[in-house]
Amino acid sequence: MKFDWRNNRDFWAGVFFILTGAAAMIISRDYPMGSALRMGPGYFPTVLGGIVVVFGIYVLIKGVINNEKVVGNWSLRALFILPAATWIFGVMMETVGFIPALFVLMYTSSIAGKEFKFLEVTIMAVVMVAVCTGVFIYGLGLPYPLFKGH
Amino acid sequence: MELFNNLILGFSVALSFQNLWFCFIGVLLGTLIGVLPGIGPLATIAMLLPITFNVAPVSALIMLAGIYYGAQYGGSTTAILVNLPGETSAVVTCIDGYQMARQGRAGPALAIAAIGSFVAGTVCTLFIALFGPPLAEMALKFGAPEYFSLMLMGLVTAAVLAHGDMIKALAMVALGLLLGVVGTDVNSGMSRFAFGISELTDGIGFVVLAVGVFAVGEIVSNLGETEERQVFTKGKITGLFPTWPDLKASIGPILRGTGIGAFLGVLPGTGPAIASFSSYMLEKKVSKTPERFGNGAIEGVAGPESANNADAQCKFIPTLTLGIPASAVMALMLGALTIQGIAPGPQVMTQKPDLFWGLIASMWVGNLMLVILNLPLIGLWVSLLKVPYRFLFPAIMGFSCIGIYSVNNSAFDVYLTAIFAVIGFFWMRLEMPAAPLLLGFVLGPLMEENLRRALLISRGDPSVFVTRPISAGFIITTVLIILIMVVPAVRKKREAITD
Repeated sequence: MKFDWRNNRDFWAGVFFILTGAAAMIISRDYPMGSALRMGPGYFPTVLGGIVVVFGIYVLIKGVINNEKVVGNWSLRALFILPAATWIFGVMMETVGFIPALFVLMYTSSIAGKEFKFLEVTIMAVVMVAVCTGVFIYGLGLPYPLFKGH
Repeated sequence: MELFNNLILGFSVALSFQNLWFCFIGVLLGTLIGVLPGIGPLATIAMLLPITFNVAPVSALIMLAGIYYGAQYGGSTTAILVNLPGETSAVVTCIDGYQMARQGRAGPALAIAAIGSFVAGTVCTLFIALFGPPLAEMALKFGAPEYFSLMLMGLVTAAVLAHGDMIKALAMVALGLLLGVVGTDVNSGMSRFAFGISELTDGIGFVVLAVGVFAVGEIVSNLGETEERQVFTKGKITGLFPTWPDLKASIGPILRGTGIGAFLGVLPGTGPAIASFSSYMLEKKVSKTPERFGNGAIEGVAGPESANNADAQCKFIPTLTLGIPASAVMALMLGALTIQGIAPGPQVMTQKPDLFWGLIASMWVGNLMLVILNLPLIGLWVSLLKVPYRFLFPAIMGFSCIGIYSVNNSAFDVYLTAIFAVIGFFWMRLEMPAAPLLLGFVLGPLMEENLRRALLISRGDPSVFVTRPISAGFIITTVLIILIMVVPAVRKKREAITD
């Protein structure tokens, strides 16, 4: 079996660990280390970063040897759209208020699915807004304006 | 005598009208999400945390606990009826439960699952009532070294028992500890890994991480799957009650399962899936007719179902007596306590006896509700399974986003959730287990604090962890666990179980 890094599961897991661990160690150099007796704020993260790097190297080597593939299908569409939909919800809560934010979220997240039927999604959005406004705003008294701006 | 007084106090709290109501809502919601695949108790509790802000602490915890064990229960209902484990802990129940259903014995399978869970719940309620107070008393004597060693043991156990590669799980634990460092250092007041973002100086919210990875990230992963869920619900469920031979065959498995679940439950780091699996293995081993397993053996339902319920319940022991979250879900419970202004720790039991005993008693009441509620409602749960995922996931998105925003009234938390959803998806695909990471994340600040304090007391001498007897006990156990796992035979077995 030939080593193939592109789709190699443990290779990428190892890379992830090594990079984050190393980043933590480098950033921690700005914080005083102190000594074992009086640990500074840099001590704990530096040690942890080192541990993560060491484990990462092990995982990476294991990936190179075992060559296990990443399994499962990818929905690139969902991977982009759902986090974006989440983000937009945050922005809209700050700018236009609870009802429009939630209403739009129902559409934006539905796009990520395999089927998108406009009428169906609209009905669902209306129901969700009604239920959530009732439960969260009136029922639980969360202090968010239903509409904002103007 | 004190035990009686405590239990009476507990039941007087749990049986108040308001608390019965919250308990009911909790187990109902829990069963619901247990039935629906793709959303677990962790994400649900995280989403529903805001609901509990305005209720009394006891009621809030009673409801959250109800969601937790209700989910365990709902997961097994679908495992038996349609061979779909609603929760990971119900995977084992599928094996024999579904076979029983196919032989027309769904009724007895469901009933024995209910009875087993109820017996386990009852035993564990007594168990907590008996051993909780002495444990809390002991915990009051714990110093920094003991706390550090105990947490170390918990984290190592969590990694060892996690799904898949052990080294990856250990790396995830360390990564979680590292994420826990983000924010202001309590000792020096210095802000670490905040990159000048003022919101990050308070640290990353636990709910943000949990919802990002386990709710949104999970949906991203699910939408990639092409296969449709198939629901087989042919035939009516007749003859709900198990026969006398069924009951007789189940007594042993139920009691043994309860024992295993209670034992594993007290250990921080293990999950109910491990308990149900161990119980299944044990029953197969002690059975005179092991070949019946896999073909509808009632012992294969009774044992694991009792074990996972016992485990779920006993997780409250370390959580409430030591203030150390024994699992990611328990960390949320402690989070709910903190939001209510109660500092978790051994003092909760003495300072807030109504809270502690009320919660314990409510778990028994909740288990009883589940037995009474569930059997007539099975038809409803099955029809819920037919709701298409395209209606389900936007609703989950909606509740998640509102939940996240409401914790701190902060849009920044929502943005951070989006980022963790992406990272969480890659973790899932690269088979880097997120549950140990979450546990590390929660324990991170506590561990650093206790490590620093311990070394300060000992004047920088690390031998303090092995010279104090209790701490040494935890360290020795940790080393033993690691050593055992290095033995090739055990390692192979572990891989066979956790894969």
